[in-house]
Amino acid sequence: MVALTLLVMASAFPFYWAIVSSFTPESRLFQSPPLFPADLVLDHYRTLFNERNFWVPVRNSLIVAGTTTAFCVAIGGLCAYALARLEFRGKSLLLGVILAVGMFPQISVVSPLYLVLRQLRLINTYPGLILPYLTFAMPLTIWLLVGFFRQLPAELEEAAMVDGASRLRAFREVIVPLALPGLATTAILTFVYSWNEFLFALSFTLGPERQTVPVAIALFRGQYQVPWGQILAAAIVATAPVTLLVLAFQRRIVQGLTAGAVKG
Amino acid sequence: MSVSESEGLLRGADPIRGVERQEARLAWGLVLPAVGTILLVALFPLAWTVWESVHLHDLRMPWLGRPFIGAANYLEALGDPRFWGALGHTAFFAATSVGLELILGLGLALAMNRAFRGRGLVRAAILVPWAIPTVVAGLLWRFMFAGEGGIVNETLLDLGLLREPLVWFIEAETAWVPVILADVWKTTPFVALLLLAGLQNIDASLYEAARIDGAAAWGQFRHVTLPLLKPAILVALIFRTLDAFRVFDLVYALTGGGPGTSTEPIALYTFNALLQNLRFGYGSALSVIVFAITFGLALIYIRLLGAELTGSKR
Amino acid sequence: MAAVRLEGISKTYPNGHVAVRGLDLEIGDGEFMVLVGPSGCGKSTVLRMIAGLETPTGGRMLIGDRDVTALPPQERDIAMVFQSYALYPHMTVRENLGFGLRMRGATRPVIAERVEEASRVLGLAAVLDRKPAQLSGGQRQRVALGRAIVREPKVFLFDEPLSNLDAKLRVETRAELARLHRRLKATAVYVTHDQEEAMTLGGRVAVLRDGYLQQAAPPMELYRRPANRFVAGFVGSPEMNFLPGDILGAAAPGPGLTLGVRPHDLAIVAAGAGDLDAWVDVVEPRGSELLLYLRLGADRAGAELRVITAPEPPIEVERVVGVAFDRARLHWFEPESGQRVEVSR
Repeated sequence: MVALTLLVMASAFPFYWAIVSSFTPESRLFQSPPLFPADLVLDHYRTLFNERNFWVPVRNSLIVAGTTTAFCVAIGGLCAYALARLEFRGKSLLLGVILAVGMFPQISVVSPLYLVLRQLRLINTYPGLILPYLTFAMPLTIWLLVGFFRQLPAELEEAAMVDGASRLRAFREVIVPLALPGLATTAILTFVYSWNEFLFALSFTLGPERQTVPVAIALFRGQYQVPWGQILAAAIVATAPVTLLVLAFQRRIVQGLTAGAVKG
Repeated sequence: MSVSESEGLLRGADPIRGVERQEARLAWGLVLPAVGTILLVALFPLAWTVWESVHLHDLRMPWLGRPFIGAANYLEALGDPRFWGALGHTAFFAATSVGLELILGLGLALAMNRAFRGRGLVRAAILVPWAIPTVVAGLLWRFMFAGEGGIVNETLLDLGLLREPLVWFIEAETAWVPVILADVWKTTPFVALLLLAGLQNIDASLYEAARIDGAAAWGQFRHVTLPLLKPAILVALIFRTLDAFRVFDLVYALTGGGPGTSTEPIALYTFNALLQNLRFGYGSALSVIVFAITFGLALIYIRLLGAELTGSKR
Repeated sequence: MAAVRLEGISKTYPNGHVAVRGLDLEIGDGEFMVLVGPSGCGKSTVLRMIAGLETPTGGRMLIGDRDVTALPPQERDIAMVFQSYALYPHMTVRENLGFGLRMRGATRPVIAERVEEASRVLGLAAVLDRKPAQLSGGQRQRVALGRAIVREPKVFLFDEPLSNLDAKLRVETRAELARLHRRLKATAVYVTHDQEEAMTLGGRVAVLRDGYLQQAAPPMELYRRPANRFVAGFVGSPEMNFLPGDILGAAAPGPGLTLGVRPHDLAIVAAGAGDLDAWVDVVEPRGSELLLYLRLGADRAGAELRVITAPEPPIEVERVVGVAFDRARLHWFEPESGQRVEVSR
């Protein structure tokens, strides 16, 4: 029990420290900082949004991650349903390929994607990020949703078909409403992964106008030194939405994270 | 034979196949958009990477064109000490961090598996590091390991473990410490959750039976928990190893591969070859090597668990 | 309403498992047909093929005079009650009942009227606005039934609909089903593994084993003249006794046959006064009657014999009694094929 408490504290501490420091004046950041600071200031947040236009990367990230998620859940949902419920040749092979694509390293497609995007003049655009994001987000979505669809009893769908619904109608009227929690969980996970993505965003953007939040933070530079206060404030801003989502849906997310892996 | 009869016979022979074909057609219709997308954005680029890797392609020297040079890029990599260094760093990082994560994750999972108050709170607390963007996590740890006045140095000084502040990022040996710690901090929760799910699948009556058979706590762990948890451990191990082999964000934010190139992992080296030096042919060869290594590991995963997943319908 | 005709229906799964072999069966218009057999005999596969949820790999299927072999379920005008009930958890009872009508494009007033009527018949009026999760097991079962009857389909299909109920409710619902069928006069196909359920419900009962039809006949015919040794053993409880045919001496109609006799067709008499003497091994009181397990042979190591007898006078264990066979109710079977041998009397 004691060990567990310590572990939880160790787990939470860096985040706590970042929050505290983001409210600490720059001059005192590296002077034997107290664990429970008394004077908190909003300076860093003010600079972040007023001078650094940090809302631009936030907007970029929202657009890119949001579009990726919507596209993947819609298109991937149909695919996952077919893989979970219909019989056709080549199904296991397809599942295997999707799983493999989901696992392969992003770096291995950076070079051609860069060349293609450059050719299509999509470097430093939203589509130029969304398309690469599909490489990892689509397999992830499909994989999670296949798991969720399989959990629904097949008899419900059979009952709907006996009741006179076509396959697609049964999907719409019975499967989708029942799979809503699973769809929501999948959407959240896909969003979190897209929001946090770094390598593609770093490779396929050129300037601040299309940078996503992680890239913007990583490339923060001050005139003489690293602007730690602003970086930490930005870190809190970057983390807040995903953290809130994750905390609100923690039970489902844990289910989603572990579903594909453990039950096998 | 009347017309209707022959029609009946004809339909009697074929319609069955027709129904199956109809279902298969519907399935392919549903699958196609997603599979097409994957082909387009993942498999086609992958093939292109392989093609690039056997060509000379340097964006800084466009006048050279893009001539076929066979295995020259691969041979260059094999003769490049920085490549071997990067591979070594990646393997070291993967082995150390995954090892620590498995041990800590197992402990955490065992602790969480006991019913206690505030379990939701614990779960939430350990989910936060997982949800933080990796780059941001790297920056947080860089901040904490800052040389002058960083909290780690201050604490170690206060405890008397250090006489003077340590500049962590100036020596390879010490630069690894925040890198490994940050990764352990960020991904142990994921490992713990995987293992916890595995633990919760173990029938509680098995422990009761083991107890009646005279097994003490250690015996129960050794003979019930470990063997039954093996699949979950295996999954966590493989997932994490694959992930660790791709490490990029964390090192980029924490050390930038430095000092020098002494903490540079293979993905960062490849990235630099591609987008810093614009050597697309050589960088692609490196990409293919990274892919081959991860693909080998992924194959093991599919072999071990994929069969169970795809084969168990109905 | 319509008749259902199965002509040489077979089902082989892609993995090579043969579930149904060349089944010919005609279910008359308005008939209540029960498919019964041990698990794995193919009865559920037959039902699912009638529903259109599985496609036969051979043969032809007709509902009325329409060939439905290749039709998907939604075009067959059938209704099915599933073992798990398969109620839509996100819909209220009212929506569950009306779903089939809605899918077939019925107008709102028609749906409302039919749902109203069905809920009255089944006593569901008070729970119409609840979700399935808020219902008791019996209520769920009735919603599943109701969902089938509001549709007024050509054929009703039942897949072990009573197996999730407790014993008391099962007997009650069985009677209710019989009443309902009498009222609706609908063609029904009912699958169960329980021979007692099959006997009490079926207008006709089809016994299946390993994908083969063994016998299809009215319940009492099945009981009195089982077509083979398997049917004889499967139908009736306690199970029929099977003995070497020469045990009754000259009574056998031929050499080497197997004799079958039901426990009810044996009587206990004084030792030496019956056809055989036997040793009483176990006595099980069953309320209205006793079930005895007897051992044949002087060394008590011979065949076991199950006998049903009146509770009075009491019978003590570990005693020797006489057993009398009802000569009019003996069954004879070929030893190899198990086929029934008819005896002209």
